[in-house]
Amino acid sequence: MNRGWSPFNITSVVLGFAFLYIPILILIVYSFNASKLVTVWAGFSIKWYAEAFANQSLVDAAWVTFRVAIVSASIATILGTLAALALTRYTRFHGRFLFSGMIYAPLVMPEVITGLSLLLLFVAIGMDRGMTTVILAHITFSMCFVAVVVQSRLVSFDRSLEEAAMDLGATPTRAFLQVTLPIIAPSVFAGWMLAFTLSLDDLVIAQFNSGPGATTLPMKIFSQVRLGVTPEINAVCTILVAVVATGVIVTSISLKRQELQRQRAEQLAAQA
Amino acid sequence: MKTWLQYSAGRMTIWLPYIWLLIFFLTPFLLVAKLSVSETAIAQPPYIPAMNFADGPFGWWRDIKKFTVGNYLFITEESLYWKSYFSSLWIAFVSTMLTLLIGYPLAYGMAKAPREWRPTLLMLVILPFWTSFLIRVYAWIGILKKEGLLNQLLLSMGVISDPLTILNTNVAVYIGIVYSYLPFMVLPLFANLEKQDFTLLEAAEDLGCTRRQAFWKITWPLSMPGVIAGCFLVFIPAVGEFVIPSLLGGSETLMIGRTLFDEFFANRDWPISSAVAIILLLILIVPIMMFQRSEARAREAGR
Repeated sequence: MNRGWSPFNITSVVLGFAFLYIPILILIVYSFNASKLVTVWAGFSIKWYAEAFANQSLVDAAWVTFRVAIVSASIATILGTLAALALTRYTRFHGRFLFSGMIYAPLVMPEVITGLSLLLLFVAIGMDRGMTTVILAHITFSMCFVAVVVQSRLVSFDRSLEEAAMDLGATPTRAFLQVTLPIIAPSVFAGWMLAFTLSLDDLVIAQFNSGPGATTLPMKIFSQVRLGVTPEINAVCTILVAVVATGVIVTSISLKRQELQRQRAEQLAAQA
Repeated sequence: MKTWLQYSAGRMTIWLPYIWLLIFFLTPFLLVAKLSVSETAIAQPPYIPAMNFADGPFGWWRDIKKFTVGNYLFITEESLYWKSYFSSLWIAFVSTMLTLLIGYPLAYGMAKAPREWRPTLLMLVILPFWTSFLIRVYAWIGILKKEGLLNQLLLSMGVISDPLTILNTNVAVYIGIVYSYLPFMVLPLFANLEKQDFTLLEAAEDLGCTRRQAFWKITWPLSMPGVIAGCFLVFIPAVGEFVIPSLLGGSETLMIGRTLFDEFFANRDWPISSAVAIILLLILIVPIMMFQRSEARAREAGR
């Protein structure tokens, strides 16, 4: 009896992936459309890309978004990794319950509430809204995602490696930097990538916490989309999709290669 | 000196993220709660502070006595709000069921795929999750609008004679939610189905079950943890969704995330939006707790 890959299974997988990918493919294809009408094909053209790059406000928004994403992802990765360490290493400390609650709550918090609450904080302390406030907001919600990603790796980390390093005279900090960090590095990097794309993608929280001169790309896209679909926006979206997809694919391939190398090294070590 | 440094380095791992979250997560949240009991005012910022930390303990008590439940009363009286809550829950529920209907066969097919294909298929499910949410929702506008691709296709095939109105209706919102959250449904389902022992099905068939019976009696009950996890992962964020109803929905699409956003930006009524946010959280706490409990139970069972 055939228990494997039946026609029904193949059909459901093909249809499922068609549903997931066709809308994005259509968006990409129509960004190369010569016609201004988004839905009528009138030949291949890259003029919308040229127009997108010539549109200063779009370029400015892209630049703001990129800077916000780099800075917030980097700080969120540091804080998130520390939080993951705290959660896995220190099982008992004062207020641990509150701490883990504050790590998990932002993951399920509706964005409108996170955005609104941070705005109220910035108003209460009299901080002008702008790029800094958007960065602070993005750090806060993405550090929790980083913490969860890194924590899942730390749980399976063999602590005797660190203890061995300390027996050989390393300080805890040095043992962490030279033994633990290289081993958990892939998950830390995955956390950074996640924080980066979350920041790149965020509309709602930025909308609440941004001020004049700090319009991010999603805010720009959102305000233009309300006026209608334009091929220029299609072009911008295509660039964004290409950048993120390349980043994710390259990262996952290089992580896989690292993993293979590690396994090979372990095998060699076992044989020696 | 050295030991003190080491000690403080260890403490730093806790205190740095802890203090950050206290300032940027807990405090803002308390501010929302406080503002929800404050009175609206035409001012900048547009509310009368209900409590001033500079007043000192006696002043605080005076402030607390001035707290008003007026905003909450207003929300219960105004049909727009409770209609928004109910309609959000309903839209999220319907979309979750539709996502399960589409996600289950996909996850099942993936779990049955040849072993060497599975990592690639898994990657293909995760990849859309990395691409911008906004862009994925935006992509549907061009497909669903009146002169859009779906109508063109259906018209040219002769299925319909007049273009359908899908964009700016609840149907478009369902499509948007199902599309955006499908990976959240597929991932836990796939993780569950892939681990299942398919020889159980063979045993059932040897004992006289039809394939369909074997599925409903074995695979489906065993996949329940995956189904529950997937449904919560779709339902919880869908309730507070803002981008999808505002881009794909119409004027009749009431969702609380959108109502809150409009209340805040269009009406500039901060105390009311804060009260709306607090009630939304109270509503979401129930499914979140249920989800946490079922996850904890699954972890226990896994041990």
